[in-house]
Amino acid sequence: MYSEKVMDHFQNPRNVGEIEDASGVGTVGNAKCGDIMRIYLDIDENRIIRDCKFKTFGCGAAVATSSMATELVKGKSVQEAMEVTNKAVMDALDGLPPVKVHCSLLAEEAIHAALWDYATKNNIEIAGLEEPKNDISEKD
Amino acid sequence: MEEKKIIYLDNAATTPVRPEVLQAMLPYFTDKFGNPSGIYSVAAENKKAITLARETIAKTINAKTENIYFTAGGSESDNWAIKGIAESLGSKGNHIITSKIEHHAILHTCEYLEKKGFEVTYLDVDENGIVKIDELKKAIRPDTILISIMFANNEIGTLQPIAQIGEIARKAGIIFHTDAVQAYTQVPIDVEEMKIDLLSTSAHKINGPKGIGFLYIGDNVKMHSFIHGGAQERKRRAGTENVPGIIGFAEAAKLASADMKERTSKESELRDYLIDRVLTEIPYVRLNGDRYKRLPNNANFSFQFIEGESLLIMLDMEGICASSGSACTSGSLDPSHVLLAIGLPHEIAHGSLRLTLGTMTTKQDIDFTVDRIKEIVARLRNMSPLYEDFLKSQKHD
Repeated sequence: MYSEKVMDHFQNPRNVGEIEDASGVGTVGNAKCGDIMRIYLDIDENRIIRDCKFKTFGCGAAVATSSMATELVKGKSVQEAMEVTNKAVMDALDGLPPVKVHCSLLAEEAIHAALWDYATKNNIEIAGLEEPKNDISEKD
Repeated sequence: MEEKKIIYLDNAATTPVRPEVLQAMLPYFTDKFGNPSGIYSVAAENKKAITLARETIAKTINAKTENIYFTAGGSESDNWAIKGIAESLGSKGNHIITSKIEHHAILHTCEYLEKKGFEVTYLDVDENGIVKIDELKKAIRPDTILISIMFANNEIGTLQPIAQIGEIARKAGIIFHTDAVQAYTQVPIDVEEMKIDLLSTSAHKINGPKGIGFLYIGDNVKMHSFIHGGAQERKRRAGTENVPGIIGFAEAAKLASADMKERTSKESELRDYLIDRVLTEIPYVRLNGDRYKRLPNNANFSFQFIEGESLLIMLDMEGICASSGSACTSGSLDPSHVLLAIGLPHEIAHGSLRLTLGTMTTKQDIDFTVDRIKEIVARLRNMSPLYEDFLKSQKHD
């Protein structure tokens, strides 16, 4: 069902954990649907993502997409991180089964939510970034 | 590379064919291939073999031989029972009573009939998954033509008060069907004593072959032919008989009935050992289904803060085959209808794990499995934002 890359990222997820006093944190999804992703960003003064960690409640694809998303944004500028779309995450994982595509969307939303948190805290604007709709920490 | 040992704990999904069963079936594929409807001896002998098989099976549920109708399995039997009664008694009434935790072969058939104008009451169950008898009594109407309640639930293993329901249905003059696919040869079944009018089973759940089952149809039940054609199955289910399947089913039923007491007492002991270990050694876990009124081979847990599919994949990597009621394993966004019916919140239902033991399961298998579950649950919780939030909220309290 899953590609080798998905299985690899599920079995050996990269960047699991939390970042204390993170520059930005985003949580998306909801437990009702069975997927929650939280992404932590550590961003330096040049707006480069120094470190990125995640925590995910969800299926194999949810864990793998979070892991891949953290890999893809690490070392990038906040503006470049906007290019890490769900499609980019999926491609990097050699695809996902059709029923799991929403997991990659969630990964994209999680990054955006974390960037939004950073942008709001620092009062800056990131081109193309919109307020996350899915942030459960705000909804609940 | 050393071959990884497989620990199969999904016996409610299907079981391997017993060697004795396979041996009994084999001649019917080759030497004894004759069509039982033929007049020559190779054919007539097969007809006789089918009758003997029917007799063997009838005895396992205290039924008369002629009341056993072979089908292609549990789903067909369920479809026949429900649609058959709807068709034959539809002029008398259009109300059917069933429960919220039935197999989809029942639920989807009922939904289909609703579209055809029938009314269906889906009874609630209590927190252990047992049908509420008061609600059943209240649901009965003058136009109720059928009550269909499963003998034992496939996910959480809960056993229903079948004899009590049979009594209620008989008194009210309503046909009573039970889906006994999971219960057959796991618990004693007596169609006379329990006042069962229709009963579905499947062979592959009891170490028999796939593609064969039976529907018991009591004398008092008027039902039309389900498949029109030849005179097979007393003209009610046409088609050349699945002779190897029937022979294999009878052999499996005979063996499973003969050793039921011994086998299920060993299984319940192992099941209890499994349940005790999981509940005492892993925090934030619950057992789904009744602690005692459950199938001897079923254990179903919900692990808080984690999701079932992840757990299944990690168990599979350790060679352990299990199943879950999470949405991701069902192909929809909703978790199991059974777990929701017993009142579990969605996020707890997503973290469920079903382990169903079989004749080959050993204590070593259980120990290995519990040890792996402990590690995997800890690992997934370490990755879970829900667990992180929970730990933080504990600190604040």
